[in-house]
Amino acid sequence: MVRFVDGETRVLVQGITGRQGRFHTKLMLEYGTKIVAGVTPGKGGESVEGVPVYDTVAEAMDRHRIDASIIFVPAPYAPDAVYEALDAGLDPIVVITEGIAVRDTMMFVAKARRSGVTIIGPNTPGVIKVGECKLGIMPASVFKRGRVGVISRSGTLTYEIADHISRIGLGESTCVGLGGDPITGLDFIDALRWFEEDPQTDAVALIGEIGGDAEERAAEFIAEGGFTKPAVAYIAGRTAIPGKRMGHAGAIIQGERGTARSKIEALESAEVPVAEKPSDVARLLKRLLS
Amino acid sequence: MRLLEWEAKEVFRDYGIPTPRGRIASTPEEVREVAEEIAQPVAVKAQIPVGGRGKAGGILFADTPEEAEEAAGRLLGSTIRGVEVREVLVEERLKIERELYLGVVVDRSSRSYTALATSEGGVEIEEVAARTPEKIIRLTIDPLERLRPHQARWMVKQIGLEGRRMLKAADILVKLYRLAVEMDAELTEINPLAVTPEGLMAADARLNIDDNALWRHRDLLERFGESELLDLTEREREAKRLGLTYVELDGDVGIIGNGAGLTMATLDTVQLYGGKPANFLDLGGGAPAERVEMAVSFLLSDPRVRAIFINILGGITRCDEVARGIIAAREKTGVEKPMVVRMIGTREEEGRRLLEEAGIHCLDSMEEAAERVVSLLGGD
Repeated sequence: MVRFVDGETRVLVQGITGRQGRFHTKLMLEYGTKIVAGVTPGKGGESVEGVPVYDTVAEAMDRHRIDASIIFVPAPYAPDAVYEALDAGLDPIVVITEGIAVRDTMMFVAKARRSGVTIIGPNTPGVIKVGECKLGIMPASVFKRGRVGVISRSGTLTYEIADHISRIGLGESTCVGLGGDPITGLDFIDALRWFEEDPQTDAVALIGEIGGDAEERAAEFIAEGGFTKPAVAYIAGRTAIPGKRMGHAGAIIQGERGTARSKIEALESAEVPVAEKPSDVARLLKRLLS
Repeated sequence: MRLLEWEAKEVFRDYGIPTPRGRIASTPEEVREVAEEIAQPVAVKAQIPVGGRGKAGGILFADTPEEAEEAAGRLLGSTIRGVEVREVLVEERLKIERELYLGVVVDRSSRSYTALATSEGGVEIEEVAARTPEKIIRLTIDPLERLRPHQARWMVKQIGLEGRRMLKAADILVKLYRLAVEMDAELTEINPLAVTPEGLMAADARLNIDDNALWRHRDLLERFGESELLDLTEREREAKRLGLTYVELDGDVGIIGNGAGLTMATLDTVQLYGGKPANFLDLGGGAPAERVEMAVSFLLSDPRVRAIFINILGGITRCDEVARGIIAAREKTGVEKPMVVRMIGTREEEGRRLLEEAGIHCLDSMEEAAERVVSLLGGD
């Protein structure tokens, strides 16, 4: 059910004329991503980096064949952009925007899941198929084509760990950011199912953090045999204190739930080694794969 | 945004959820006046945004206005669970037969609002969940649907209510759900929902609103001000005013990172090497030199911070901007503290050159840098 990207994916950028949209359109094009159109209501007829801009997604769809969308629209207007992409049948939809209200996310994610459309994010660095398609804001330089899949709830920490995986000589196949919000379109289990079937992936790195129970549920899924390839994890937030939000809207320990300890114990009992430091992820993977 | 009890109760009243008669007061004299108006025994309740208030002595009972005034004198200005009491809520004292619980929360794993009900009111729901989870009735509400009255009746029937009381409790639960959705609640609770001879009453109220939805609720900020800031430390309040994403911890290594996950991992790594982080400070993405300067100055001015570790993985954040901010902060504050900088990525060379010129050495590995900052403090 989950759909990611490859070299054939034809992309629409929603919010293409904003500062972020413009900047990352340029970087994605440089990476080789096939961006065919952009949308900003009221800016139809302009162009950004040679990409034609339309007022509506429907107009863009009339003129081009488009598969996926990436959204850089400010939080109050982002849900409407997601619905517009959903109505046009785009899949996957990557929502970069940070700060979307939880209730809005809840509703568009429910609608997307019902129609079988993959939403990546919100508050995500996006998804990259290394060497083919970058649908996101991650720095291209840290990735090298290889056999490790990466699933993460954060941005810069993912780059840190991917950089180690590249330097140690393993490289990455596909890397997906689930997003730092309390509710996201995908969780670890959705992504694990996809990587289990992906012939280009031999192992995965799970990068989790405090808050919620997505890591615990992933551990259960792995223990029950839902994912059979080697997996290594890292959990950020061992030093976090309950009740305080650590930067990400979703990174908060509420009551006894969502602690790093609970996640680490769950993963270890599913026989997933948990790295103590970010660089250990690459070393553990190397050991498992040799 | 975490509303205080009296604020949450005002919102409850907007939605027709029954609450005890009462009013907020900030001086003992005012408390006496409110108690006289109520003309019944009252409860005087400290208004602080922390749990476990009752056990910590934050709720006092008074039979007469004089007693209420005296109770208020004891509560106002005192410190409960680290928070100063500035206001009390004076309410009619309820004749409670039973204490129930109703709540509506955002459930992350089902990506939905979940309604909760239990006969075990008056204690924290987490405690009930740990001790007698079978006594919590839950219902996941489809985000594209809503809580239907028949579902609410099914729930409250199972916590032991019958007849008119069951109908009333179901009505309250539907209203609470509507409130949660319309107010963008992360969590709203009636705990306890008091069963009294006069009927059902929300004896206490909790309402936490999603900060990312506050743009839809400007009126709330105008109505209630910034009482949510009460449970922040002095420095956290200052950071919030400056627009910094900052959490105070109790160590001595000041930490700045870019990105929440990386910053958390930086704290963890410092701790792994035996250091104690003084804070979490996330610069976010693409911070210009001015913002970096503000963040570094903020830590330089913190007397608890004995050394600073700055960990930057440049993507949209540019290392040269970071370097300029660090140097400006040192020059303008005139404060010298040991500083370890790890910086890689966009415009790394330029950033390093600027720092080297200012006498600050730059490392490649965050782990090496964490070890270094800890060893700098290890000497004494």
